[in-house]
Amino acid sequence: MSRFSELLLAGCLIAAAAGASANSNFPGVGRAATPSEVKAWDIDVRPDFKGLPPGKGSVEQGIELWEAKCTACHGSFGESNEVFTPLVGGTTKEDIETGRVGAYIRQDAPQRSTLMKVPTLSTLWDYINRAMPWNAPKSLSPDEVYAVLAYLLHLGEIVPADFTLSDRNIAEVQKRMPNRNGMTTKHGMWDIKGKPDVKNVACMKNCKTQITMGSSLPDYARDAHGNLADQNRVIGAVRGQQTSEGAGGGAAAPAPHPALELMKKSGCSGCHGIAGKILGPSFRDIAKRYKDDKGAESQLIGRVKAGGGGTWGDVAMPPQAHVSDADTAALIKWILSGSPEN
Amino acid sequence: MSQITPRPGRIQRAPEGFLSPEQIREVSAGRRDFLRTAFASASMAVAGTSVARAADGDPAILTLPEHSTTLGRPVAERPYGAPSQFEAGLRRRESPGLTRVAGSSVSFSPLQGLFGIITPSGLHFERHHQGWHDIDPARHRLMINGLVKEARVYTMDDLMRLPSVSRIHFIECGANTGMEWGNVAVPTVQYSHGMLSCSEFTGVPLSVLLDDCGIDRKRAKFVLAEGADGSSMTRTISLDRALDDVLVAWGQNGEMLRPENGYPLRLVVPGVQGVSWVKWLRRIEVGDQPWATKDEAVHYVDLMPDGTHRQYTSIQECKSVITTPSGGQTLLDKGFHNITGLAWSGRGKVKRVDVSVDGGRNWRTARLETPVLSKALTRFNIDWVWDGSPAILQSRAMDDSGYVQPTYAQLRAVRGTRSIYHNNAIQSWKLADSGDVSNVQVF
Ligand code: HEC
Ligand code: HEC
Repeated sequence: MSRFSELLLAGCLIAAAAGASANSNFPGVGRAATPSEVKAWDIDVRPDFKGLPPGKGSVEQGIELWEAKCTACHGSFGESNEVFTPLVGGTTKEDIETGRVGAYIRQDAPQRSTLMKVPTLSTLWDYINRAMPWNAPKSLSPDEVYAVLAYLLHLGEIVPADFTLSDRNIAEVQKRMPNRNGMTTKHGMWDIKGKPDVKNVACMKNCKTQITMGSSLPDYARDAHGNLADQNRVIGAVRGQQTSEGAGGGAAAPAPHPALELMKKSGCSGCHGIAGKILGPSFRDIAKRYKDDKGAESQLIGRVKAGGGGTWGDVAMPPQAHVSDADTAALIKWILSGSPEN
Repeated sequence: MSQITPRPGRIQRAPEGFLSPEQIREVSAGRRDFLRTAFASASMAVAGTSVARAADGDPAILTLPEHSTTLGRPVAERPYGAPSQFEAGLRRRESPGLTRVAGSSVSFSPLQGLFGIITPSGLHFERHHQGWHDIDPARHRLMINGLVKEARVYTMDDLMRLPSVSRIHFIECGANTGMEWGNVAVPTVQYSHGMLSCSEFTGVPLSVLLDDCGIDRKRAKFVLAEGADGSSMTRTISLDRALDDVLVAWGQNGEMLRPENGYPLRLVVPGVQGVSWVKWLRRIEVGDQPWATKDEAVHYVDLMPDGTHRQYTSIQECKSVITTPSGGQTLLDKGFHNITGLAWSGRGKVKRVDVSVDGGRNWRTARLETPVLSKALTRFNIDWVWDGSPAILQSRAMDDSGYVQPTYAQLRAVRGTRSIYHNNAIQSWKLADSGDVSNVQVF
């Protein structure tokens, strides 16, 4: 059967199951959702825990799951700053008492971790359940979400090491969230008719007697965004400034190597940089390692397909089975040739 | 030096490709004459003739170019057209070091080179939290559930049968200009203001769909919008917004949405920060409380000086920026220039834009180009003759609520310097006597 008729048939079956809708303003358009369909998609959990599925998970179960599914990107203690900002850090026992993160008030927070900001525990349950692990979202069972969340809360010293988080005690734990009293909705930017907090007047003449230079672009940052000459049009009233050596003019930039696109498309760039390590080794480091290894090409194709770890560190690569044989082969060839960018 | 034309001001628009890095450095150092020299030698090279011959006129006129003397390329050679090869510089770009992985990152629109108010779809800024997908539209569904008489499901076939509207609106990320809260951090308007785009969107008003499902108007206070991607982005939208001008859109600038912008379906929430314009929209839930989702309880919260965070800050307040001349550009010569830029407000229409060239001492009112639409970008222009002396260019917009775009000093006095979001301060560009423009903050 063609996919079209299969889909059509599936659609008819659902329509029959749900029954034609009596309510619609537009006859023939849309249909009632079945209870299972609503259940499959209605996964949100609100601050009052409406929507939270029953279940439980202990800190101890969480440790194991965390090592297997979260450490790669967030570090063993949620402290990593490599793939995303730290999840844990910067909160104190006192914050847990007061519900206000003191570092914000003292203004000495160098970086804001997730636990320093999040006021509502439901937010973390909901988000981990819908989106984490980042490369395999919606793969955790409710009990697994409770477990990794219990471990995360333990890292923030919000729950003890022998704690089991469940739908029954989650509202109690909410009362210990370090920044639970740190939010306000008293501002004019939620309502379209809200009152602005900052007021300027449109003065036209002699509005100032003195102009003070507050801040300008530091010299070291001038070329941090590449050659600005290449980021502007080659005609008109202005040109882009030449901020690094190069041909200038922008028109004749050599075409990027097609493998760059393929690397992005295949999802490798989330974990591998060409020159820099992300989660996995940089492609150029891989080329260096296997420089004199004749069998490397076929071996690496196999390893990318099957995934695995231990060669470069503790973190394993998930199987890359979604990438076609031809694409995998092309990528490995390119990697071993030093990942030329043009 | 030989003058090759009686109107030197004209001949200076020589293609930059003729210039060596040394010559460009000369312009940065203030020697604007160099272009004339460059042009003279380039014309010799191209025409292969003497200076005497060049004195007859412009070789671009005197020597017929190849495109005037040969057959051009056929129709449909490029069934989906592409910009000229000479426009390759204008593309969306990442800001190095801003984010750690490209799957949760931003690319910025090249505002420094755009005209009018519509952003070409291929240059629309991108912000993804968990990568983007090109979703098969035949398998995409929209569900509406919660406080409605009947939870309903719509296919794309269903939605596209409904009475649609087309409207032009800007979309701005709440973190646009966020890198500049504390101090100047980026060189050009692409990186300082480029999480901003404006398109004509086509779709069905959300109110039509909510009515179709029989929304419980007594109990309903908020809706939740949810995406179909891995992040299943969720954002709470207050009911008055949801029933006002919010669209469930599939069209963008005359074609379908681009995959990076939510193909085949996204929410359009005029005036509200981009994160609420949920892409790959799969579900709307009607409820009576806000949801405090990750992107409204951990991010998109504004840190105030007293250590509290403002939650559910949504409306993008009135703002403007000069796009040419702007940071990282060099003016080729003194004399006449058109100062041009963009103004917008999440609360309504732009009423007026004033421009200063002396750091905010004195202001002149710019021309607003039509159309001037509610919650859309508005293009402004103003004539200016540059005398070659240093200047500081600013623009200041006012919307039809009477609100005037604030200065950095005013904004920081209330909100401090530690926020990331909703920086709508007046932007300053410093013009040096060399013609170089750079990003500065002045008080
Ligand atoms: C492949 C890398 C990766 C893995 C594995 C991963 N995460 Fe994440 N995580 C991310 C990224 C990237 C973000 C930010 C996403 C965004 O920008 O919206 C994130 C965000 C989060 C956040 C929200 C933080 C914030 O401040 O917004 C939480 C909580 C989280 N992850 C928990 C987990 C847990 C629990 C696991 C294991 C079950 C896990 N993550 C596995 C990459 C990963
Ligand atoms: C979720 C993260 C992740 C993704 C996605 C990913 N890798 Fe990896 N990759 C890793 C890690 C981690 C290692 C190191 C594994 C080890 O130590 O053995 C690795 C190792 C490798 C190696 C070296 C293997 C060896 O035995 O030395 C190659 C080659 C490679 N990856 C290619 C790719 C390609 C090609 C893609 C895209 C199709 C890809 N990877 C996608 C994480 C990833």
